[in-house]
Amino acid sequence: MNTEEKMALAGRVAADVPEGAYLNLGIGLPTLVANRLGGEDKEVILHTENGVLGRWIDAPEGEQDPDLINAGKVAIKLLPGAAFFHHADSFAMMRGGHLDICVLGAFQVSADGDLANWHTGDPQAIPAVGGAMDLAIGARQVFVMMDHVDREGNPKIVRQLSYPPTGLGCVTRIYTNMGTFEPSPDGSKVKALYIAPELTFEQVQQQTGVEIDFSMLIETLKGY
Amino acid sequence: MINKQISCPEEAISRVKDGDTVAIGGFGGAGSPNILIDTLIERSEAKNLTIVSNNAGENEEGIAALLKAGKVRKIVCSFPRMKNSWVFEELYRKGELELELVPQGNLAERLRARGSGIGAFFTPTGYGTALAEGKEIREIDGVHYVLEYPITVDVALIKAKAADRFGNLIYNKTARNFGPVMAMAADITIVEVSEVMQPGELDPENIVTPGIYVDYFVNI
Repeated sequence: MNTEEKMALAGRVAADVPEGAYLNLGIGLPTLVANRLGGEDKEVILHTENGVLGRWIDAPEGEQDPDLINAGKVAIKLLPGAAFFHHADSFAMMRGGHLDICVLGAFQVSADGDLANWHTGDPQAIPAVGGAMDLAIGARQVFVMMDHVDREGNPKIVRQLSYPPTGLGCVTRIYTNMGTFEPSPDGSKVKALYIAPELTFEQVQQQTGVEIDFSMLIETLKGY
Repeated sequence: MINKQISCPEEAISRVKDGDTVAIGGFGGAGSPNILIDTLIERSEAKNLTIVSNNAGENEEGIAALLKAGKVRKIVCSFPRMKNSWVFEELYRKGELELELVPQGNLAERLRARGSGIGAFFTPTGYGTALAEGKEIREIDGVHYVLEYPITVDVALIKAKAADRFGNLIYNKTARNFGPVMAMAADITIVEVSEVMQPGELDPENIVTPGIYVDYFVNI
């Protein structure tokens, strides 16, 4: 995705975050969602694993405090109404089901909502996990934000994970540059909620590793 | 009279023994007790240490400097692989450093459990993943949990903003992170602060780490 496509995708995810939601944004692509939330018109409370709950923006040049950073180690500037807490409390919030939504990147998502985003499976890779596993199972809803296919053109929405899992059955919705999809409990297909208007259903199906159920969109189109 | 303040970090760092498990606070650079770490490197003979921390250090400062000094046998952490973690990477690839990778929430809760006298706990984190391999699993009310044990900590090195002579602590913003749970977990807790308060100057309502968890603090 180019920058414009990434921002458009972030906008689509942000539109599904209601006012008053407690939201955690994973590092990488998901951080773009913060800029598209709607500022003062729609108040959303952010959570960062390293101990802040509240509203903030990236700290402008000259206002960067090394003791005030987010999970991506980026300096932030707080708006009024924030709270600090330690790591056990932070993860209690995450694991205890208090966060409404977390937005995460992924290598793959399976049709029944398994998530792979912490390890490529390369035995030579240095493993690192951070808070990914806690977030994946703890948030009430997990939105995945990712490219529809990987760099080699392989589908990232798959029947079954081939990458090491981060969490099982935990993904609520998948947002890609091609559309928005929902896993199904039996893992037989994913349901399309939205397809980018310049694409045909067939084009999208071809780049997806499992059957897509387009029936909801077809029903909507029938209304026209 | 109770006074947990010491004038020189070496006094407290001398309590670190060979083979000890040392918990070191910090998330990235925020809250990293660099003076205490430097003292451990320069003024202590202790080696074969197990370090418990969120990261494995960056560039050649803090924990990275400790690794480079050859004092560490094993690191228990959640995210060792950052842009500038070349010191960790080299030692790990050469097989000179053992890594126990722990999800960040488990790191926090295992430390909290140790400090709280909890023998073990069930968490949903990591179920079905490589990090739950070999561990006891239990299904409770339809949810699968993994059994996790406390981390035994001999010494904690943490950074706080201010202390009074009783060892009551407050922290600074996101530099707080693991400090409070490491303070609870360790047999000996050593703190570096930048301000010493008079008893009563810190509002009891707002103290983040009560002094019961603190053994020594030094004003840096």
